[in-house]
Amino acid sequence: MLSLAGLMTEKEGFSALAMGNHALARAMAEAGTAVITSYPGSPTPEIAEALLAPPEKNRGYRFEFAVNEKVALEIAAGASLNGHPAAVFFKSVGLNVAADSLIQLPLMELPGGMVIILGDDPGANSSQNEQDNRWFARMAYIPVFEPGSPAEAYVMYKEAAALARERKAPVFLRLTTHVCHARETVKFGPLPAAHDWTPRFDAAAGPYVPITTAVFPLKKRALEKLDAWAAYGEKSALNAVYKASATGTRKLGAISSGLPALCLLEAVRAAGAPVDILKLGLSWPLPEKLAADFLASHDEVYVFEELDRVMEVELKALAYGRGIGCVIHSRRGHHELMGEATPERARASLAGAWPNLFPASEQRRTLPPAPRLPQMCPGCGHRSAFHAIKQALPPGAITVGDIGCHSLGFLPPYGIGEVLLSMGHSVSTASGLALNNGSRKVVAFVGDSTFFHAAMPGVVNAASRDSDVTLVLLDNGTTAMTGHQPRPGNGEIGEKLSLPELLKTLGVKFLRECDAYDQPKLAAQLKEAMEHQGFAVVIARHPCMLKFMRDRRRANPGLKPQHVAVDQAKCARHYICAAEFACPSFVRHADGSVTVNTELCIGDGSCVQTCPAQAIGRDK
Amino acid sequence: MAFNIYICGVGGQGIGLLAAVLAQAAARAGLQTRACDTHGLAQRGGVVSSHIRLGADALTPLVPEGGADLVLALERLEALRGAAQYLKKGGQVVYYNTAYQPVSVRTGEAAYPSEEEVHLAVLGFGGKALSVNLANISDPRMQNSALLGKVAALNAVPGLPAAVIEEVLKEMVPPAALEENLALFRSPR
Ligand SMILES: Cc1ncc(C[n+]2csc(CCOP(=O)(O)OP(=O)(O)O)c2C)c(N)n1
Repeated sequence: MLSLAGLMTEKEGFSALAMGNHALARAMAEAGTAVITSYPGSPTPEIAEALLAPPEKNRGYRFEFAVNEKVALEIAAGASLNGHPAAVFFKSVGLNVAADSLIQLPLMELPGGMVIILGDDPGANSSQNEQDNRWFARMAYIPVFEPGSPAEAYVMYKEAAALARERKAPVFLRLTTHVCHARETVKFGPLPAAHDWTPRFDAAAGPYVPITTAVFPLKKRALEKLDAWAAYGEKSALNAVYKASATGTRKLGAISSGLPALCLLEAVRAAGAPVDILKLGLSWPLPEKLAADFLASHDEVYVFEELDRVMEVELKALAYGRGIGCVIHSRRGHHELMGEATPERARASLAGAWPNLFPASEQRRTLPPAPRLPQMCPGCGHRSAFHAIKQALPPGAITVGDIGCHSLGFLPPYGIGEVLLSMGHSVSTASGLALNNGSRKVVAFVGDSTFFHAAMPGVVNAASRDSDVTLVLLDNGTTAMTGHQPRPGNGEIGEKLSLPELLKTLGVKFLRECDAYDQPKLAAQLKEAMEHQGFAVVIARHPCMLKFMRDRRRANPGLKPQHVAVDQAKCARHYICAAEFACPSFVRHADGSVTVNTELCIGDGSCVQTCPAQAIGRDK
Repeated sequence: MAFNIYICGVGGQGIGLLAAVLAQAAARAGLQTRACDTHGLAQRGGVVSSHIRLGADALTPLVPEGGADLVLALERLEALRGAAQYLKKGGQVVYYNTAYQPVSVRTGEAAYPSEEEVHLAVLGFGGKALSVNLANISDPRMQNSALLGKVAALNAVPGLPAAVIEEVLKEMVPPAALEENLALFRSPR
């Protein structure tokens, strides 16, 4: 079986069971994409995992993690301006961060072409919303390819990259979570010859500066390119009709794209229903003739989408404008605008229009009453910090969370970090909460990767205005939540950067630091910071223990695991360890006793100090 | 009809490897294979699941609720949850019998199910449950090999011979841990 590095470097074609993200990485190598950039975010990190698998000297491409999505997009755009085929990938909300530069791209001639890969997340499996980035395509004048499976992602990337280069334009490849993480057998092709790295930027090929007089010619060119994409979509095999095997008295059809189209196909086939399906792979600009012909040749058509009513509105407008008399059905009610598509949901939606063709399936059973919410890992420094901070917070304090593993601090039992907008928002949202607020303390939290990603402007602002906010920087040295990607200054990329020095340079005057395991010190520092009138920063530092333990086990495989143990003679059943500090390693038995689950405990000992009866100690 | 396998456990238990081995083995045995991992936030001690669908009529990767012929779980409470949500009438649950208490149990708000409660509940769903537990596993992340061994020994997946699962396991487990994993894989026979 091929290793991941082998998947990326095998010279000839082969077939293999592959995850969507890995198949896509191979497609990049096969397409001769020279520069690839990203900022980590689910569901896309495994693309990077594959790109980074072979040693650098064996890669035909250059891959970089950037400090945030906007920077990543700009690096890819710059490379494309030099004539290098480029790609950038990030999660759905990453596009919001990148939007300011993204919106300019279609105005420019990009000689290398550029594929912008979006990891949308219907169902909000690992995101703060379900935003439907198909809207962005309409606003930015960028065509959208929507694969529904790993094999489709592979094929569509290669086609999208070739077309982007030919048309000197950006394209969207919109993936969704269960396209990224699905596995199926993919037939791969050979790798191309080595890339020619000659920098070919030519200002005369522009204009590249959108000053007033240039804006209209640039916009005109962008609109003409859109027309060309629409014309391409009319003929492309990516937009295809799947004829139903059954026939009915009325001609029925359905239109969809991406994974929802496959859900639809599965549901229609399972029901043996006489419904033809138009599946759009290059879904925007809408191939109007193809769509109009499909509508006109059916009596009723269901538009089955996931999330927003994007195609529905366009198809209804198309039918209206052309006087097509077909009945257009669509999803009803708000619940159908939420969550991801499945064959069962496709069945239920279509049953709304054609109940006789799609009978209901079995009912649900009740689930066990003990939910299992995500929680911080055993030994996590964030838990130790939250436990200390919870005791130091005065009544009425407002805590503002941010994105990262420490967002889990809001879940039971801590309840810390009560507002969350987006990456890096915490300092500034806290500054607003602190305005003319004489009575309630405001404490904000931020992770170290997020600090560099989007929090620095907020910190500069808070420091220069001396906002009455305490910021706790939870520094675990890595981008933990998304799988331990490097962050600037941690020594993995470039030089080490001192966070305290940096904060001072940004204008922070009140600054304290401590190890997040030192709970009394952290609590004291937090109190002092809150008493300080004006902006104060406390750095609570501890390495991500998941990464730390993994690295340690790799370095010495025979390592004997360490644990703590509860001294049953001393245990006074306060349950602070199990229920308030709440490390998952503690087990609360039906008889009231507490023990340690040695399968989970890593022996970090951050819990020892939390026991008022001093019953926790190292297991010898 | 597709044969559907729903695999679940707690983040960090190594369910990814378990699912990857099974999916790879199924593909190698010539079964049309579609699979999918679901994680994200769940990576941090929450529920993780993985789906495998075998057969030509499965065009999408997620197992439908109430549609699993086989539910595999690496933890007892998750076996119950997985079965309640996914098990088909007449289906089978095979799980590794270890217990990781969620916060709600540690705070005293919810109870943790006993082995008997799990087995009775699964009978109530019209299926049957089997558990595996081996003493002396040096690293809990090898429990997945023991569970996989049980699946192989039971011939729980039609058309997937034990020898193919073992062959893939040998290729996917890091060499240093292979011997012990193989011993665990072979033990439940
Ligand atoms: C705009 C945007 N990009 C990416 C993400 C994905 N994401 C979620 S958590 C996280 C990591 C945060 O790392 P850090 O701030 O260091 O906190 P840690 O997880 O290490 O505690 C990222 C990148 C996101 N939610 N939003």
